[in-house]
Amino acid sequence: MKYFRNALAILLTATLLAVALCACTGDKPPASASPDGSLETSNSEPIYGGEVTVGIGQDLEDSLDPHNMEAAGTREVLFNVFEGLVKPTSDGNLIPAVASDYSIENNGATFVFTLRDNVLFHNGAVVTVGDVVYSLERCMGKDRSEPLVSAFAAVKSVEATNDKTVVVNLNSPNPEFLADLTVAIIPQDYDSATPVGTGPFRFASHTPLESVVLEKFDGYWGTPAYLDKVTFQIIGNADTIAMSLESGAMDICPHITTTQSAGLSDDFYVLEGTMNLVQAVYLNNAVAPLDRLEVRQALSHAIDRDAIMLVTGDGRGTAIGSSMYPAFQKYFMPELSDYYDYNPETAKQMLADAGYPDGFDLTITVPDYTQHIETAQVVAEQFKAIGVNVTIQQVDMNTWLEDVYQNRNYEATIIGFDAKTLTARAMLERFSSTASADSINISNFSNDEYDETLAAAMSATDEETQVALYKRCEEILTEQAANLYIQDLCDLVAIRGNLSGYTYYPLYAIDMSKVYYTG
Amino acid sequence: MRYWVKKILLLLITLFAVSLFVFLAFQIIPGDPATRMLGTSATPERLEALREELGLNRPVLVRYGDWLGNFLRGNAGTSYTYSTPVSALLQDKIPVTLTLSAISFLLVLAISLPLGLLLAHREDTLLDRILTPINQVIMSIPPFFTGILFCYVFGIILKLFAPGNYVAFQTDPLGHFVYLFFAALAIALPKSAMTIKMLRGSIGIEMEQDYIRTAYARGNTRYGALRRHALRNAIVPVITFLAMTLADIIAGSIVVEQVFSIPGIGRLLLSSISGRDYPVVQVIVVFIAFVVVATNFIADMINQRIDPRLRLT
Repeated sequence: MKYFRNALAILLTATLLAVALCACTGDKPPASASPDGSLETSNSEPIYGGEVTVGIGQDLEDSLDPHNMEAAGTREVLFNVFEGLVKPTSDGNLIPAVASDYSIENNGATFVFTLRDNVLFHNGAVVTVGDVVYSLERCMGKDRSEPLVSAFAAVKSVEATNDKTVVVNLNSPNPEFLADLTVAIIPQDYDSATPVGTGPFRFASHTPLESVVLEKFDGYWGTPAYLDKVTFQIIGNADTIAMSLESGAMDICPHITTTQSAGLSDDFYVLEGTMNLVQAVYLNNAVAPLDRLEVRQALSHAIDRDAIMLVTGDGRGTAIGSSMYPAFQKYFMPELSDYYDYNPETAKQMLADAGYPDGFDLTITVPDYTQHIETAQVVAEQFKAIGVNVTIQQVDMNTWLEDVYQNRNYEATIIGFDAKTLTARAMLERFSSTASADSINISNFSNDEYDETLAAAMSATDEETQVALYKRCEEILTEQAANLYIQDLCDLVAIRGNLSGYTYYPLYAIDMSKVYYTG
Repeated sequence: MRYWVKKILLLLITLFAVSLFVFLAFQIIPGDPATRMLGTSATPERLEALREELGLNRPVLVRYGDWLGNFLRGNAGTSYTYSTPVSALLQDKIPVTLTLSAISFLLVLAISLPLGLLLAHREDTLLDRILTPINQVIMSIPPFFTGILFCYVFGIILKLFAPGNYVAFQTDPLGHFVYLFFAALAIALPKSAMTIKMLRGSIGIEMEQDYIRTAYARGNTRYGALRRHALRNAIVPVITFLAMTLADIIAGSIVVEQVFSIPGIGRLLLSSISGRDYPVVQVIVVFIAFVVVATNFIADMINQRIDPRLRLT
């Protein structure tokens, strides 16, 4: 009797599981990928109006204060609400926004902006020089002990010379600072509970853990948005993204995985771009044996980027060899990704020469992001081949921030660093052994030539020289094997078939002003 | 009377201990609201400045005392993440989770009591032999899995609701209940299966007792002996079990809320823990602890009404 009961139980379980597995994989045709990712995915005329729901992975948790937001996930949403004197374009340039014109003087130590006429805030008020001075001085942290935006430590003064002109003076020449002047211009006596900016969309509401609603701003000075309303819905569970799209709860979902995109029906198309970050196995150059150049170079030879990209993105992604991602066309050096060829034999030999014929133990601390964890697993296998035994330690993001980032109490970690502004400095300054004003040198990388080249690059006033110097910095990072640079991850965006106009930026931004219904 | 005073005192001490424990736990795990807010643009100077601003660099016990004092005066504090009062944050979320839990619990009762009785009554019949293994299987399926299955079957195929598109009570009360119903069912299924097993087993034990033989001897049918004599004794452990189940359901809703994208306290709790937003975590944990202790309290009272032997003077 008992035997039969057990047999029946097993049979039933098996049936149920089979049903469940069928339900999970489904037998739908693969989603169509747009061939070039260009704007013209459809020939139909853009339609003005309509509402769109965009899925976002995390709530705007850090701050709705534009000068205080740090998380990439917050910046990419509020990109639609706030604008600076200048703003970035999708091809990586800076164009005037709240200012109509600017000039850079004194070799890049002085920036003169002419205000655009009749730019309106979302509250209806006209932007005045007073607002601009207030905004920039707020970033400088005039009433605080520390600048609110750290790059503004470089600013000596901000002054309005007449009711149309604002002059920004720096402590020393730095033409790249223009990229930092993308910081939001906000009205005087700003109350960060209700965000007010000058962008194409105005902030309507934020319900924690549910949604952020933006509405079209009719008084926008530039090309108006097509859509009337955009709801950024916070995704509770990554496993149900495909279902939320299919059920009509979401229309656009950026940053989906290849598995998620494969499960989509014909109602959607998937665009492919890059995440705009440098994913690497960051090494703590201060701990043994990673303090030895030969060891780091050996590890560089042991990394097979193609195998990693096969796992993280079905082969999608761009291999990189230094701390710069491809969207920075001016600075990116694709050849650096071939600097160390994948060769476990060479790697083993180099380790033996360095005094580690039997390899060593290495702990890789990884924050809980699928793609970094997957990368860690592949890297662990690849290191095993040269005798390096990897222990993967998975931690939550906050633990990572404190232990790995701030205290640098780690051996190796996998993470992606992005650039907050469109400057090479944003990617390279973090590896200088002296500059800690803007960020922490996570790798404890210390190299005199690097420090000197970087300092020269940052103060260079001639663009050509500057680019050359920054490129030299990238080379040094590669030659010194400061970190094991892997890839700029692919960024897949699922979009409903009747929507068009989604545009990739070289920074974190979901620009909804260009998205429209095609009917 | 003294018994109840003791019980209530115990309840208060439990809540106090839980809140202190959670507060201290946040001191042990790495990261604080300042690290999260500054992310990778943190420098020691900026961190220090922000901690100063938020009052995070005062000693732990001072901060706890501060929190406790405010809490007792009805001020639950301000969320670091959303810079809004915790009470405002929770007032929309707690009803959602409570509704979800209430529907689940009613489902557990509606499914398990009739089926448990039926199976106990029909012990060792064909029906029993078919249903009991099924029951065993259902018991072992975790709610998040059933949840994903329901989203697919009832949401995508049958289109009874739109997964991920949570319907607020204010916009559409009926749609709200339909949406919560499937989530509640996912939570209720394994709990019901356990309750059925529990009830069936408990009745089974009672039916072996001498007093049941006496009941038969007095001319009762099997059903009569079960309903009039065994059930009253068998139900006592089941009620205690149900009280635990209710607490479990509230905890279980934390997971299922993620699957169904329901904006209840579960999602808020998880995001507040990872965001080190301890004013929010404190209040939610104290709330959950209160529900657990209070349900046990109520179960005790009900049991004493049913079984005079448990009554204390």
